[in-house]
Amino acid sequence: MMASLTHATTTVAQTVSLFDGFDGFVLPVILKLVFVLAAFFVLPLVGGYLEHKVMGRMQHRRGPVEAGPFGSLQLVADGIKFIQKEDLIPSAADRWVFAIAPGVALVPAMLVFLVIPFGPGVFALDFELGLFYALAAISVSVLGVLMGGWASANKFSLIGGLRAGAQLVAYELPLIIAAITVAVQAGTLSLVGIVESQATFQLFGTGINVWFVFPQIVGFAIFFVAAMAELSRPPFDMPIGDSELVFGYMTEYTGIKYAMYMLTEYAGMISMSALMVVLYLGGWQLLPGVPLPGCEAGGGLFDCSPTGIALGVAITIAKIMALVFLMVWARVAYPRLREDQLQRVCWLVLVPLSLANLAVVTIAKVVF
Amino acid sequence: MAATSPPGTGLLKGLGVTVKHLFRRPSTLMYPYERDDLAPRTRGVIALMDENCTVCMLCARECPDWCIYIESHKETVPPAKEGGRARTRNVLDRFAIDFSLCMYCGICVEVCPFDALWWSPEFEYSEYNMEGLLHEMEKLREWADTVPAPPPLDDGAQPPAEVADAIEKAEKERELAEAKAAEQAQAEEQGADAGGGAPAAAKAAEPKVEAGQIDQETYDQLIAEGKSERMARSKAKAAYVKKEKARLKAEADAAGGDEAAEQAAAPKPAEVHVEAGQIDQETYDQLIAEGKTERMARAKAKAAYVKKEKARLRAEAEGQAEGGDAAASADAAASDDSEQASDGGAQAAADAPAQEARKLGDVQVEGAGEIDQEVYDQLIAEGKNERIARSKAKAAWVKKRKQEQLDQEGDA
Amino acid sequence: MSDLDTKERIQPATAPGEGIAVQFVGDADFPTQDMSVSIGPAHPATHGVFRIVLELDGERVKQATPVVGYMHRGFEKLAEHRDFRQIMALVNRHDWLSGFSNELGVALAVEQMMEMEVPDRAQWIRMLMAEWNRILNHLMFVGSYALELGAITPMFYAFRERDDIQHLLESATGGRLHFTYNQPGGLKIDLPKGFLKESVQVSQTVRTRLPDYFDLVLGNEIFQGRTKGVGPLPPDVALSVGATGPTLQATGVAEDSRVTEPYLKYGEIDVEVPVGENGDSFDRFYCLLHRIRTSLDIIDQIHDHMPAGPVNTKLPKMVKAPEGATYVRTENPLGQLGYWLESDGGRTPWRLKMRTPSFSNVQTMPYLMEGALLPDAISILGSVFFVVGDIDR
Repeated sequence: MMASLTHATTTVAQTVSLFDGFDGFVLPVILKLVFVLAAFFVLPLVGGYLEHKVMGRMQHRRGPVEAGPFGSLQLVADGIKFIQKEDLIPSAADRWVFAIAPGVALVPAMLVFLVIPFGPGVFALDFELGLFYALAAISVSVLGVLMGGWASANKFSLIGGLRAGAQLVAYELPLIIAAITVAVQAGTLSLVGIVESQATFQLFGTGINVWFVFPQIVGFAIFFVAAMAELSRPPFDMPIGDSELVFGYMTEYTGIKYAMYMLTEYAGMISMSALMVVLYLGGWQLLPGVPLPGCEAGGGLFDCSPTGIALGVAITIAKIMALVFLMVWARVAYPRLREDQLQRVCWLVLVPLSLANLAVVTIAKVVF
Repeated sequence: MAATSPPGTGLLKGLGVTVKHLFRRPSTLMYPYERDDLAPRTRGVIALMDENCTVCMLCARECPDWCIYIESHKETVPPAKEGGRARTRNVLDRFAIDFSLCMYCGICVEVCPFDALWWSPEFEYSEYNMEGLLHEMEKLREWADTVPAPPPLDDGAQPPAEVADAIEKAEKERELAEAKAAEQAQAEEQGADAGGGAPAAAKAAEPKVEAGQIDQETYDQLIAEGKSERMARSKAKAAYVKKEKARLKAEADAAGGDEAAEQAAAPKPAEVHVEAGQIDQETYDQLIAEGKTERMARAKAKAAYVKKEKARLRAEAEGQAEGGDAAASADAAASDDSEQASDGGAQAAADAPAQEARKLGDVQVEGAGEIDQEVYDQLIAEGKNERIARSKAKAAWVKKRKQEQLDQEGDA
Repeated sequence: MSDLDTKERIQPATAPGEGIAVQFVGDADFPTQDMSVSIGPAHPATHGVFRIVLELDGERVKQATPVVGYMHRGFEKLAEHRDFRQIMALVNRHDWLSGFSNELGVALAVEQMMEMEVPDRAQWIRMLMAEWNRILNHLMFVGSYALELGAITPMFYAFRERDDIQHLLESATGGRLHFTYNQPGGLKIDLPKGFLKESVQVSQTVRTRLPDYFDLVLGNEIFQGRTKGVGPLPPDVALSVGATGPTLQATGVAEDSRVTEPYLKYGEIDVEVPVGENGDSFDRFYCLLHRIRTSLDIIDQIHDHMPAGPVNTKLPKMVKAPEGATYVRTENPLGQLGYWLESDGGRTPWRLKMRTPSFSNVQTMPYLMEGALLPDAISILGSVFFVVGDIDR
């Protein structure tokens, strides 16, 4: 057992990005930027389309059908519409804060995409503190929400912003503890390292190759719930709570700024799902312990053929979309919790549970 | 939290219900491409059949939000026959409904006594500004072509008043005819030598024609004239019934033979004129007692008066001429009536001698779509509106052609 | 900041549900300021232009004041200048979700004054329509209440069912919301052929889909967490403000004029009145959902009873109620609807006073919302089912 763990740690050295294969300094940087931006703008649209369609069908209707084939360009059309709309700023608003708040929310959501590995070697950056960086960047987004809520000079917005702040502070804790548990198990904070360590990870005491989701099913559930709360996705959407707070911190926003908030939400869904895929679902691996077709044992960049890399990316995105589907499903099926119930769920259930999980995993790791 | 089931069942059930629908056919309609079948009673838009409108203003008065605008003028119609009285009537100039005010209660449709207003299920007439929702007569007339037939009533329902009345009337007529037949049989037995019985009996039986088929010729012609499909069909049906009746009668006449024709010609009295306007008090009282409305009773009583008076005058004339039996003359009067009815709108025929009127009715004229330019110009000059002038001129043309044909036959 | 205020805050909150208990230590002269939030007149949760002013201490409601009248359209005055046929078209608009039941009230009042005999068939058809209308109304609230609690899906399911029913009713009446199908002495026109068959079919469809709402909404733990124990209403308070319908039945009072004072032919069939126990939001919704089921039961009974015959009586040219007055109460979908009709013998009423259920039900709100959390206030607002047009008239 120790052997497999040591092996996991050794693979960390193998993390080289696909884009570093190009000569020079400028070209790889440009390629990486293009990659991050493309992922940031395309994947949320795919996720959004999935949400539209799945939600529509679950509600016994069709969802978008007109814009593009099967309505697939609906979100693009929406974006164009938002750009055309008048950009209103309430007269009582704190103009500067109001104006930059959506940007403050958006940029960190974009920065997360820097470290997310989408396939063998398909990532912009991999460094030892990848997981730490991702979680830190995600939590900065809420600052934009708070700023927007405060600057709108609207009671509903303020309550929405404060709820978002309280929610984030509360749910950051179980989220981070759950993530730490995975890091403990993998022995690294590097996201690529965590994926690669799952390739050879075996369940304690048996010879069965598994992903981290099996030993850490509790951690996965905690992470999933906390991620939805952090993104204020229904049933945890009290900061928006349209029947109570009109539209929460977004009440006063129109046009492109509103679109930026929405993009933040969808990008958040993608990055959180991607993190879950990396942490628990084996990243780009098709089956636990089985190398990808076109790849050799380790599954790093140098072990894979171009088809293997493409397959890896496809598998990652498929897994991300499956998690997005689960989030949409929860949104369709459930009503909203109350703010204090949300806090109770966090402090009385998730935090103790995640701490217990951490303890159990740590002990197991030391024992075996 | 759930008392009876383990925690989480509710949450799982919710997921189950939603995922169940994920794999079902969406229940929505792709609206502009697919359309729902709207019920015939749907209150979509109010359609106007302006030819039925008599500008009685009931709809405009009853409308709760006064969204119906009617303008009209009075005009004098020259007397229908020599020495008659000139009449005035209302001519509709404008009929507009402001659908931005209309609350679709249907009171106007309900109160219209002449079936000029109808509900149509058409609903796609939204506009970008409110002014656009004020629709004039022409537009309302177009919608009239979309009015569906009323749905048949439920099995447990009582038939509507008109149908009930018609059934009752038919029943009465049948009884009357039976009684008459019995009488006739008696009369025949008694006075076979008098010689008046047989043809009268033949006449009395008005040929029965099964309605429902359409006269293809008329239909095609009307369609060619640009009439709506629905209207053409109904007119063609009427035409069919009329033609068929004429044909059957002609056959019956032919079967009756020369003898019958002779007999029929001989006792035929001169057409009698009766001044309308008085009412038959007896009929009136009876109808009122039956619970008919005052207006209807008066109208029916008037008709009864005219009929009675005619029969009386004719009987007198006959008595003067030959002293033939009363039964025959009554039958003749009855047959006159029925013939006039079968002539439909050709009121002018009433003025002509009975024999000729019958013949006019029998003559077929092709191409009823042309108009008599002379009559048309004259009517226009008199200030009639274009539509009325055209229809009258058409009638005049048909009549002329018929007359010509008759004359030719006579020459031959 | 008065002493009283401070003391109140020091005590642990005894709010419904598991609220946050705000505790102060020491002198407790912590300077806080109440915030006044106006929910409405243009707020998504008020589905209309209802306004309620909340005095908030944090997220806790200190005082709730409903402000009504934004949608006052003067129905009572308008009715004084309309003949009875026009009133039929008018009254089905004050509570736009129960058009038929509103018309029915006026028709019954006029018939009572004119001492008219309404044919049996008309009465049974009226009952059938009124029950379908009740289901239409309740489905709307099943959807909208779930939506107020953040569940979006029930609304779509409810509208699917509503469309089936509206399609059915449209085939007989021509309208989808404003039926205008009643007239003094009966109905305007009999049912079209095949209506009863379709009615049976739609009733079966709705019945088979009803469990979805129980699973998706009523049985959901989050829904129960949001509604159980929220805004409990004691029966005496409910009765004192004149609350009726599901709001009253949820408190355990089985008052339903279809049972207690049957009109039409309700006396000849079994009418079940579902009641709650605690009068909280959950019970109100529970009663609403079960009223759909009982209405379906009634509809099935009506299908078996439907007699043949005429549906209207011969009316004089001008319907005039004789001099005098009458009061008719009917069980509208939202509660008891009363019409006080006073006539001086003319063709229009001298006075038509409406006692609308929504107006009385909304009177419970200041009591219910006091001490609740803001999200609970929304939960209460949604569970006291009302139509703004019915409050403001």
